[in-house]
Amino acid sequence: MNVIRKLNVAQRYRYVYKPLVFIASLLPFAWLACAALGWYGFSLGADPVKKLEHECGKTALNLLLLTLAVTPVRELAGLPQVLRLRRMLGLFAFFYVVLHFTIYLTLDLELNWRLLGADIAKRPYITIGFTALLLLIPLALTSTNGMMRRLGRRWHSLHRLVYVIAILGVWHFYWQVKRDVREPLIYAGVLTLLLGYRVVRASARRRAAAARAVHSAPARPADPVTSTSRSGPTLRPSASD
Amino acid sequence: MRIRVPRIAPSEITPPEVYFNRRTLLAGALAGGASALLRAAEPAQPQGAALSYTKNAQYSVNEQPNKLEEIAGYNNFYEFGTDKESPSKNAHSLKTRPWSVTVHGEAEVRGTFDLEDLLKGQALEERIYRFRCVEAWSLVVPWVGFPLSSLLARFKPTSKAKFVEFTTLLDPHQMPGQRVPVLNWPYVEGLRIDEAMHPLTLMVVGLYGRVLPNQDGAPLRLIVPWKYGFKGVKSIVKIGFTAVQPRTTWNIAAPNEYGFYANVNPQVDHPRWSQASERRIGAPFLAARRPTLPFNGYADQVASLYQGMDLRRYF
Repeated sequence: MNVIRKLNVAQRYRYVYKPLVFIASLLPFAWLACAALGWYGFSLGADPVKKLEHECGKTALNLLLLTLAVTPVRELAGLPQVLRLRRMLGLFAFFYVVLHFTIYLTLDLELNWRLLGADIAKRPYITIGFTALLLLIPLALTSTNGMMRRLGRRWHSLHRLVYVIAILGVWHFYWQVKRDVREPLIYAGVLTLLLGYRVVRASARRRAAAARAVHSAPARPADPVTSTSRSGPTLRPSASD
Repeated sequence: MRIRVPRIAPSEITPPEVYFNRRTLLAGALAGGASALLRAAEPAQPQGAALSYTKNAQYSVNEQPNKLEEIAGYNNFYEFGTDKESPSKNAHSLKTRPWSVTVHGEAEVRGTFDLEDLLKGQALEERIYRFRCVEAWSLVVPWVGFPLSSLLARFKPTSKAKFVEFTTLLDPHQMPGQRVPVLNWPYVEGLRIDEAMHPLTLMVVGLYGRVLPNQDGAPLRLIVPWKYGFKGVKSIVKIGFTAVQPRTTWNIAAPNEYGFYANVNPQVDHPRWSQASERRIGAPFLAARRPTLPFNGYADQVASLYQGMDLRRYF
């Protein structure tokens, strides 16, 4: 513990917290791998394919919601540095989504491309799940520091797609359940809180900006660009590591 | 060089009955091992008593049956929870003896009967049937039971009896899943009387030659092999003869997704997924998906029941 105390914030994240989050994010994968191989008494049950599919999907959703929890946590808990974990969480969410889709395509559909086409075209819950997967690809590709710099302000606009992706993901879960929707409803509830936080914050900021504008109206009107850019993910690209 | 043929003592030769039943024995041993493992962590589940029965080859499919732990470890029996593994974990709370069945409606013989009395005189037979779930997975199951028709005949249904209605036990103490209103409890299913009297329609009391595990619907369940699995109502306490089509549980829950007939039909998709193919549980990786057959492969025997009916409308 003393060693950790000697590190500055950036070092703590780099050498302690990020590796821990990395390992924690790989635990579901390790568990599924052990279960698939029958190691350590783990098992996937009578329908291993469905189990793999569902567990990867749920892990992806968990990580996606964690990604969305970063902003509320850093603002409510006063921990701005938590932002340093967000990219890793988002990329792991993408990793599990890709795994989920790959298992569905290979082990479930057994590479039957006609079936895949029919599923995507005709099954609304697969259509929206597949859309969410496609939308995640540009976000993963533009997650590097270089892309953040290059895209500048547009990076923020692009990455607001994650709200749409999360809604599609939870909806995809809700829609494929036969009858017992309790679990997807929990996900929907958490997502509502996370997105609701942003809506409330954005309107509070608008009101504050309007109040400022009234007070200092003739001298300096509120700058619309800064006020909107602050309602999204807040840290500037250059400030992130 | 002299080749020496090793001499095999007669005592080392596997008896033919053991040899020919090796798969069953192996499955039994595996199941025994699995249940020994489970028993360490969970309340003891006594293995069902052996039943005496004959094999009915005429009504059996020539396919490799699934392992016992697949049939008894992967169940949709929402009365014990909605996960596939929940019934095998929770169904020990069901008390299957004494058990009585109430017969009501359009029949001359009505009343409440002890299950032992109903089973008396029923010759048990093993039939290996395909089992197709509406969720697009399938099994092959060696059920032990008797034709439903031979049970129904004893109650002398009247000419007004057009349908038969079956009801599962309602008891949230024994069936903890019933404390959650995921479905309209108790579970009710029904058949048209001609479907009920069809020789393929089976009342099941056993599996793999032994008394049916609770999670598979003990002590008495219905199996209609050409219909989706949810028609096979479990742990039956009531049988009614009705003039009108019974209101069935899944049909009430989602009428556009689960019809009264629920005949296996690759041409009529579930609104949310395709029914054209299915995955066989326990099949090797990448070789589990197979085309679904009309009436689950029993079309020769049952298609005539639905002559002239629009099967898209009456799904």
